[in-house]
Amino acid sequence: MPENLRLKDHHTEQRLFRNRMLVAICGVVVLIGVLIARFYDLQVVNYENYRTQSDQNRIQVRPVPPTRGLIYDRNGELLADNRPSYTLSIVRERVQKLDETLELLGRLVRLDDSDVEKFNRRLPRRRPFEPVPLRYRLTEDEIARISVNEFRLPGVSVEAELVRYYPQGELFAHSVGYVGRINDRELQQFTEEDVRRYRGTQSIGKVGLERSYEDLLLGEVGYENVETNARGRVLTVLERHDPKPGSELTLHLDAKLQEVATDALGDNRGSVVAIDVKTGGVLAFVSKPSFDPNLFVTGISFNDYRALSDSLDVPLFNRALQGQYPPGSTIKPMMGLGGLVAGVITGETEVADPGYFKLPNDPRIYRDWKRWGHGKHIDLIQGLAQSCDVYFWDMASRWNIDGMHDIATRFGLGAKTGIDLPVERPGLFPSRDWKRGARGMPWFPGDSLNAVLGQGFVLATPLQLAVMTATMANRGTHYKPQVVMAVDGVEQPPEVLHHVEAKPEYWDLVFKGMEAVVYSLHGTGKRAGKDLDFRVAGKSGTAQVVGIAQGERYDSEALKERHRDHALFVAFAPVDDPQIAVSVLVENGEGGGLVAAPVAREVFAEWMSRPVEETVWQPPMRPPASHPQHESLEVSARG
Amino acid sequence: MASRDYMHRLPDAGSSLRRPASLSRRLHIDVPLLLLLMILAGAGLVILYSAAGEEIHYVKRQSVFLCLAFVGMFIAAQIPLEFYRRWSPWFYIAGCCLLVAVLFVGVGAKGAQRWLQIGGFRFQPSEALKLAVPIAVAAYLHKRTLPPSFLSVLGALAIVGVPAALIVRQPDLGTSILIAASGLFALYLSGLSWKMIGSAALAALVAAWPMWHWGLRDYQRQRILTLFNPDADRLGAGWNIFQSKAAIGSGGWYGKGYMEGTQSQLDFLPESHTDFIIAVLAEEWGMRGALLLLTLYLLIIARGIYISFMAQSVFGRLLAGSITLTFFVYVFVNIGMVSGLLPVVGVPLPLVSHGGTSVITLMAGFGILMAISTEKRRVLF
Repeated sequence: MPENLRLKDHHTEQRLFRNRMLVAICGVVVLIGVLIARFYDLQVVNYENYRTQSDQNRIQVRPVPPTRGLIYDRNGELLADNRPSYTLSIVRERVQKLDETLELLGRLVRLDDSDVEKFNRRLPRRRPFEPVPLRYRLTEDEIARISVNEFRLPGVSVEAELVRYYPQGELFAHSVGYVGRINDRELQQFTEEDVRRYRGTQSIGKVGLERSYEDLLLGEVGYENVETNARGRVLTVLERHDPKPGSELTLHLDAKLQEVATDALGDNRGSVVAIDVKTGGVLAFVSKPSFDPNLFVTGISFNDYRALSDSLDVPLFNRALQGQYPPGSTIKPMMGLGGLVAGVITGETEVADPGYFKLPNDPRIYRDWKRWGHGKHIDLIQGLAQSCDVYFWDMASRWNIDGMHDIATRFGLGAKTGIDLPVERPGLFPSRDWKRGARGMPWFPGDSLNAVLGQGFVLATPLQLAVMTATMANRGTHYKPQVVMAVDGVEQPPEVLHHVEAKPEYWDLVFKGMEAVVYSLHGTGKRAGKDLDFRVAGKSGTAQVVGIAQGERYDSEALKERHRDHALFVAFAPVDDPQIAVSVLVENGEGGGLVAAPVAREVFAEWMSRPVEETVWQPPMRPPASHPQHESLEVSARG
Repeated sequence: MASRDYMHRLPDAGSSLRRPASLSRRLHIDVPLLLLLMILAGAGLVILYSAAGEEIHYVKRQSVFLCLAFVGMFIAAQIPLEFYRRWSPWFYIAGCCLLVAVLFVGVGAKGAQRWLQIGGFRFQPSEALKLAVPIAVAAYLHKRTLPPSFLSVLGALAIVGVPAALIVRQPDLGTSILIAASGLFALYLSGLSWKMIGSAALAALVAAWPMWHWGLRDYQRQRILTLFNPDADRLGAGWNIFQSKAAIGSGGWYGKGYMEGTQSQLDFLPESHTDFIIAVLAEEWGMRGALLLLTLYLLIIARGIYISFMAQSVFGRLLAGSITLTFFVYVFVNIGMVSGLLPVVGVPLPLVSHGGTSVITLMAGFGILMAISTEKRRVLF
C-alpha cells in the first residue's frame, strides 16, 4: 500500500501497541528478575561477607595501652608517675582539608610551628585511621574551646592519655632516666611482636631505668571492640580485654640520700655513687649537673634541647656511668692488697721516700706528689694514709703488670660492672696484651709505675670506683651493682660476681691504711670522718686533666678552671661493719681530700643516721594499684 | 480478525453507556491504583522515619509533600485527556523555554544549574518536562498513521532530543536519560519497527566510545568506573556503593530489624533518606522487605499497563504506556544504582525517597494515568 494512502487503522494500531507492550513487559520481568537476583546475591549468597564488612565498619578493635609501671625509691617515694594529659589529635583520613583545619585549630589553641612540624613528620608513618597527636598538655580553656567548635572540626579529637611525670625533677634524671615519643629509628627496629605490644602506646624508655627495664615497665596491651559511627565517634564498648599494667619497680635508691649527695656537691660538677655493701644495691647515683627529664616526655622543644646540648657543663652526660676518669690514687688500697696477696710486700715492708723514685737502668726520675717526700719509714698503712707514691712505685717495680691487671679486674675495673642501667662504659685497666694490641708497643716498667697510681692508661667510671670500694669493704665479695631492688614487690636477689681471696690480716692492713687516711695525722682525707660517731675508711685521689673535652668552646676563665685536676674520694663506713661504700668525683676540684671527702662524709652521715630497720628493705605496704587507671580517664574520647 | 475484536468490545462498550457511572468513575479515580499508591507512600514514610535517623521532621515534611502530590494527582485526573493532547505543544514549548532560561539565569548547587528562582519559590523545570515530553510525543504520534513513518520517527526524536540536550547541559545526565526514555517509550509503543530499533542500538554502540571520551564529564566517568571496581577507592568515589552494598548484603533474608540497621543508623550509608533509601529497607527488613517493595512496584506497573491496554485513544494508550514504563525505569535505575549494578546517577526511589518535586511530578503522572483510565469510551470506527 503506498504511503500516502495509509489510513489510520485502529485495530492494527492497537495490535501493534499490544505487541510492543508485551515485549516491554518481558523486558520489565527480566529486569525485575535481575534486581531480585542481585538482592539474592547480596543478601543470601554473600550475606556472611557483607555482614562481616558491615561489622568491620562499625566495630573497631582499639588497643588499650597499658599503664606504665611506676617507679618508687626504697622508701616508697614516687620517682616516676603517670599523669593524665589531654592531647589534641587528628585522624587524617577524616579531615577533608587539613590546612583549613590546622588554621582553625591555630586560632583555638596555641600551636607552635614546631607542633605543626612534628605533626607533619608523624603523619606519614601512622597506621590508617590512627589519631596523630598535634598538641600535648591542653589547658582546660583550650579543651573547652575545641569542644565548642567540635562540629567544625571533623576528625579532630581531644584524648586523655597518661604521660610520664617525674615528680623529683632533676634528682633522678641520670638513674631513672626518661621516656619519650617513639621515633623513626626505634620504629624501624621494632619486631612484629613489638609493633603489637606498642599499639596505642606513644612512649618508650629512652634513657636510664626507663630504657633498661622497658620490657617490664611497658606492660601488656589490651583491646576493646568499640562500635563507632562513620565519623569515628565511639558509641559503645562491646567487649574489652583489659591491659596488664607494667611492673612496678622499687629501687635501692634513696631519695633523701640522693638529695643529700646532690646538695653536698654544691655548685660543682661531678658524681656521687653510693652502694649498699651487703647487696650491691645502688643507694645514691648522682651525676651533676642534671636536667629535668619531664622536658623529654612529650618531645623536647628545639630551644630547650639546644640549651642542654650546648651547655659547657654537659648536663645530659651521665658522669657516673659513662664518665671515664683516671682513678688516681683511689686504687692504691686495692693495689696494696694485690701486693700483699702476690707477696711483693708485707705489713712490715718499709720504704724510704726521698721525694722521687728511680727505676734501675732508667735515668728518668719519678717525682712524688710531695716534693720533699713522706719520710724514711713508710709502710703500707702510712703509704695509704699519706698517699705516698714512692711506696707504690717501689712495690710496682718489684711486681709486674699481670698481677696488677689481675687484681684490678677482680675488683671490677676495666670491664662493665653489669649494672642495670644502659650504655655503661667499661673504663680501662691496661695489660701487656692490651698495649700490644692497642698501641703496638711492649709493656715498659715505667707503664707499671703509672698504672699502680691509677694514671697513664687507667680509666674508671665513678660507678666502677664505688663497686671497687664496696668489694673492698666486703672483704672481697664482689656484688653486681643493682639499681632495682624489687619488681612488683618481689625482691631481686643480690648477685655475687666473684670473691677476691685474701688472708684476713691483709684486709685488716688495708682497712687500717684507709682508716688512717681519715684519722691519722698526715691523712689526706680527714674531712671524711669529721664529727661522725662511727669510723670511716677512705682514699683520696687526683686525676690529671689531660685535655679539654671536645665540643667545649673557648672561654679563658672557664678554660683555666677546667684545666684543674679532678678530685676523687672513695670511702666506706663503718669500718667495723661496713654498710655503705661511696665514690665521689668533683670535676676540676683539685684536692680529693679537700673537696671530695666532705661529700662522702655527708652521705655517710645521712645514711648512718637511719635506724637499722630503715636501711633494710621491707616489702611495700601501699596497695598495689593506688595509681589512676587509664580507663577512668577516657572522659572525652570522641571523633 | 479485526471484526472479531470489534464484536468482542461492543457489548462492553454498550454496557458502560447504559450503566450509571460509579463514584470513582465520576471522580476519575482508578481505585486499585490509588490504593497501591497509598500503600507505597505509607510504607515510604515508615522507611523514611528510620532512614532519617528517627527524625520526625523529615516524615512530617514528606507527608506534606505527599498530601500535595495526591491533591495534584486528583486535579490531573479531572482534566480531560483531550485537553492534554490539544495543549501539549504549548506545554512542551513553555518547558523548553524554561530549560533555556535555566542555562542562563538558573541557580544551583554542587556545580549544576538546575533550578529557577522566582521570588522565594524555587523549582526545577526539568521536572515539568518529565511529563511534557511523553505527552508531546504521544500527541504527535496520535495524529500520524502507525506504525510511524521514518519522517514521523525523526519528528518524535526531535521532540525528545531538544529538552534532553538542554538538560544534559545543566548538567543532569540522570534526568536527561529519564526524560529521553519517557519520550522514546511512547515512540516505541507506537509500533516503531524492529529494524529501526536494531539500527539505533547499533548506532548507540558505535557512539559509545566517542561519548566516553568527549561526551562525559570527569565525575560521570568516575562513577561508571567506580561501578566496576568499587573497592578501588573506598573513602572516595567508591564509598557510597561500598557502604550501600554492605548495608543491603548485611541485611540478609530477615534483616536487622526496624531502626536497627547499623549501616544506616551509624551514618555509614550516605544519602540514606534520599537516593539510597532502598538500602535502609534492605538492611533493616532484609530481602523479604525488598521483595515486598518490589512486588508493590510491580503491581503498580501492572495496573498502569492494564490502563494502557484499556485506553480508548492512541494518545491515551501511548501516554499511559510511556508513564508506566518510565516509572519502572525510575525504580530499576534507583535500585540498580544502590545495589551496585548501575553507575550512581541521582534518581530517587519513586514515592519513598525524601524529596518534594519528584513526588509531585510522579503523582501528577499517575493523575494523567487515571484520566486515561476513565476516558469516555467511544465507538471507534
